[in-house]
This record gives sequence, C-alpha cells and structure tokens, in this order.
Amino acid sequence: MAPRRRPYTTAALGAALLLLALVPVLNGLPDTHALHVSDFIVSIVGKWICYAILALAIDIAWGYAGILSLGHGAFFALGGYAMGMHLMRRIGDRGVYGHPVLPDFMVFLGYPELPWYWLGFDNFPFAMAMALLVPGALAGLVGWLAFRSRITGVYFSIITQAMTYALMLAFFRNDMGFGGNNGFTDFKDLLGVPLNTRAARAGLFYAALVSLALCLLICAYVVKSKLGRVLVAVRDAESRVRFLGYNVTSYKLFVFVLSAMISGLAGALYVPLVGIINPGEFSPGNSIEAVIWVAVGGRGTLGGALLGAFSVNAVKTWLTSFAPDFWPFVLGGLFVAVTLFLPKGLVGLLRRRGG
Amino acid sequence: MKGNSLYLDGVSVVFDGFRALNNLSLIVEPGEMRAVIGPNGAGKTTMMDVITGKTRPTAGTVRFGDHDLTRMDEASIANLGIGRKFQKPTVFDALTVFENLELALKAPRGTLAALHWRLGTEAHEKIDETLSEIGLTAGAQDLAGILSHGQRQWLEIGMLLMQDPQLLLVDEPVAGMTDQETEHTAALLRRIAGTRSVVVVEHDLEFVRALGRKVTVLHEGTVLSEGPIDQVQGDPRVIEVYLGR
Repeated sequence: MAPRRRPYTTAALGAALLLLALVPVLNGLPDTHALHVSDFIVSIVGKWICYAILALAIDIAWGYAGILSLGHGAFFALGGYAMGMHLMRRIGDRGVYGHPVLPDFMVFLGYPELPWYWLGFDNFPFAMAMALLVPGALAGLVGWLAFRSRITGVYFSIITQAMTYALMLAFFRNDMGFGGNNGFTDFKDLLGVPLNTRAARAGLFYAALVSLALCLLICAYVVKSKLGRVLVAVRDAESRVRFLGYNVTSYKLFVFVLSAMISGLAGALYVPLVGIINPGEFSPGNSIEAVIWVAVGGRGTLGGALLGAFSVNAVKTWLTSFAPDFWPFVLGGLFVAVTLFLPKGLVGLLRRRGG
Repeated sequence: MKGNSLYLDGVSVVFDGFRALNNLSLIVEPGEMRAVIGPNGAGKTTMMDVITGKTRPTAGTVRFGDHDLTRMDEASIANLGIGRKFQKPTVFDALTVFENLELALKAPRGTLAALHWRLGTEAHEKIDETLSEIGLTAGAQDLAGILSHGQRQWLEIGMLLMQDPQLLLVDEPVAGMTDQETEHTAALLRRIAGTRSVVVVEHDLEFVRALGRKVTVLHEGTVLSEGPIDQVQGDPRVIEVYLGR
C-alpha cells in the first residue's frame, strides 16, 4: 500500500543517475572535443557519488527514524580503512623498502611481522566484507547500548560524536598498526588495474554509481515497507510505538546498523578514488558536514539526501577553489538558514514550487 | 487467550518521596468493564502507567493472568493483549489514517516480519471495516496530522480495535469533546468492550453513570470506595473528598 506515489521523483532520480553515467564517457572523448570532461571532473564527481551514498545512510537513520548520529564519518572512515588495508597489501614488494609482505610504514616502525588483524586483507572479497561488517558491528554495539537505555536525541548525538573523536585519536597513534597520522597512500592497483589511469577512474566511478543505485533501491525498499512506517512512527512518537507492542530497540538497531554498513561501503569506494586515507577522516567536523548535506537537501526523502550531497559539495568545490577560508562560515550559515527558512530542505522548496 | 484477570495487590509508587500510589489493590475480572474516578492527583494515570510497564512500582504485585507485569517492558505487555488509550490522543501525524491502523493491526511485530509485510485481503478488509466504524473512510488517505481532536480520538480507538486487546485501558476518552462527539465515543467504547475487560478512567460522572458498571474511587493513591455508582455516590468519604466539592 503506497498511497502517496511520486512518479516524477523516481523519473528525475533515474534521469540524474543516467546523466552521471555519461561523465566517464565524455572523459573518453578526445581533449579537443567540445564535450570533453577532465580527469579531475571524473574523480571529483566520483567523490560526490560516495558522499551521496553516505548521505543516504544518514537520511534513513535521521530523516526516517529520528536517530541523529554525529559520528557517521567514523563508519565511512572504517570502511575506507578496510579498503586501504587491502590496497596496502596489494602493493606487495613494490614499496620503497621492497618488503614482500609488510607495508612501508610497518618496516619503518620496525614491525617484525604483520599484526594478526591485517591477515586476510590481501583478499578483496574479505576486505570488502570487513568494510561492511566492521562499521556494522560498531554501530550494533553503540546502538544496542544506547537504544536499550533509551538514550535519544541530543544525548545520542553527543555519544556518536565522542565515538568518532575517540577513533580519530586512536588511529593517530602509530602503535595501532594503521599508519598513524600518515594513514595509507601510494596505492598501486586494485583488482589488477593500475590506479591513476583513465580506465581505473572510470571503473571506480561506475562502481560507485552502481553502488549508489543499489543503495537507493535498498533504502527505498526499507522506507516503503511497514518497517519504514514503524521507523517514522518511532521518530514522531517513540513511546506510543512501544504501547502498540513494537520492540523499538530492535527497529532502531536495524536501521542504525544498515546505515553504518552503507556508510562503510561509501568509504570503501571513496578511498581508491582519492588515493589516500588518514585519521582526519574521523574528524568530528566531517560527520557534521555530512549531516548538513542531508538537512540542506531535505531529510526524510531519499532524493533530498542525494540532492543535498551533490549541491553542497558542488558549492564547496567551487568556493574552496578561490576562497577556502570562507567555507566553514558558508557551511555554518547554510545550516542556520536551512533550519530557519527551509526545514524541509531543497526538496521542500521544489515541492512548494511544483504545487 | 481470552480470560485473564488483572490483579493489583499492595502496589505503591514513590516519586522523590511523593506517594503517587499507596498500597493500591484492584482486581478486574475477565470481560468486566470498570470505571475509575477520583480527583486530580489521585493516581489514576500512574495506575495505568504501572499496568502498561511505563512505570515500575516501588512495591507490590501486578499480574495479568499468570504474567508478572512488573518484569515486562511496554512492548511485551502490549503483546500480551493489554491496549492503552491515552488521555491526549497520540497518533502518528506523518502517516495516513490507513497507515496508522495498519501499524496497530495485530500481526507479527518483529523487524523482518515488518520489512517483508504485505497487506493481505483479509487485513485490508479489517482495516476498511474499522475505518467505517470510526467514521474515517473518506479520509483514509489523509495524513493523521490534519485530523480534528475528535477524529484523532476515534483514530486512536480504531487503532485499539486493530490491536484486538483482551484488556483495554482508556484514559479520559471524552475530555474536550463536544456532546455529539461524546455520544459517538460512548457508542464506540461499548462496541469495543464486547468480551474484553475494560478500565475507563474518567472525570465526567454523567459518562460514568451512562456506563452503568462497577466504579472504583481513587484518592491519594489508594482505593477509597468501590461499588455501583449509587452506592459510591452515597459513601460519606467519597462525598467528602470528591463529589462534595
């Protein structure tokens, strides 16, 4: 039973995804062609697609279930680290020190052998599984402890913010075995394709785009199901849902874990595109920025999350190219303006205009 | 499943030294309809909170059939078949009237069951039936947020019908209603009662008289008097603390 269908939204989303799919094609045109787009555009739009996946993840938890996490950057970064570990293992003996197994930073720090938690990461499916499972397990633990004790609203937000901050401090430490403040970089190839080539960029771009489409379908299935309606009910009147006999804790856990896993996937797609991952990805500001994308686009609608991620990041890319110092003020101002004047975000504005 | 009695014995609830309930004992037989009256602060709502698991009693026993309600959370108690209608109607504003009823409909409550839930013909008919009963058929696809106060009350009663509880707790169902709405509500409640046990908390004595059932008078967290409305109204203690004022 879906009483409020919005066929135009679905069509617009489909058209937008198809348009995005053209980007690597145009990149393949000769440089002199009028429609040629640069390598830079391919990587930057690829990055935005990963951000859009993260925005979707935040939206299903916040927009639908009212769980405002200010630590989703941590799940994104953990997914990114899992992929980074795989890329580091794939370097093999091509590192500066030429060690057959140990990544450069381990040789430099005098590691005698690979730490146990690095085992298996040379295997791509294993690394991908970890990129989903580690964020999912962390969300499961934090969510279980918080939801069971009925910690909601701003208290939950603060806990998640502390979580990502604690992880940032931990990953900065050299003895954690994750490369300390330098993180991972100098990746060579993924699945046999050398990175930093046009083919690799196009492949990563399409991997991100297909993932975005899949996540969109999964999220749409969830929010259009009865489970999605229970989540909306939890958002608006949590205790009433309990008196209807629903175990609110397990519903919140379900969506929070799903959201963390999607964030992990986004991070895993992001790292080979940008070629680096370091503890800065855990910084609390990143998580807050991602929440602002969703607020700007319009929370509680999947299209809004995507619109917000693309539009805010497009403005950011444009603005930081000539006035990077301004960005934090613009971002903060944007959040205040949206909260005051556009509580339903850009999607709300479009709907009002469209009647 | 039908046929559990509600049994409260020596229940006390203390908030920061204030005794909201003081050694309260009450038995509601299966199928019985009971009216609970009492001045403000007598402990009526706290009693409902204790039965539905919202508040843990400081002392005493609360049982529904063989189940010890003091050890269960709200959701498990609801799933035992205890439904509650709040004083201030709480419906889900961002969902349609139909969706509100669908959520309340008795069905498996697990996350995966909800994820794969498909509305069958039987369930659809049941919802349609309830919609016409509460007079909201025309507005079934409207968001619950736009309903009037009376309509919200009826939607909430409709949600209770969908839950199909054995014991129904109803908190001030006609507060703030027009006479016509009150009449409609009384009819709905009588229809719901059927074979269920019902506990109605109400200020409106005319409404209680119209129900014509056994009345329990609460005062300062304990039972002051119990019996038919005429007997209770003649009780000097009741007159002193409540009716006489």
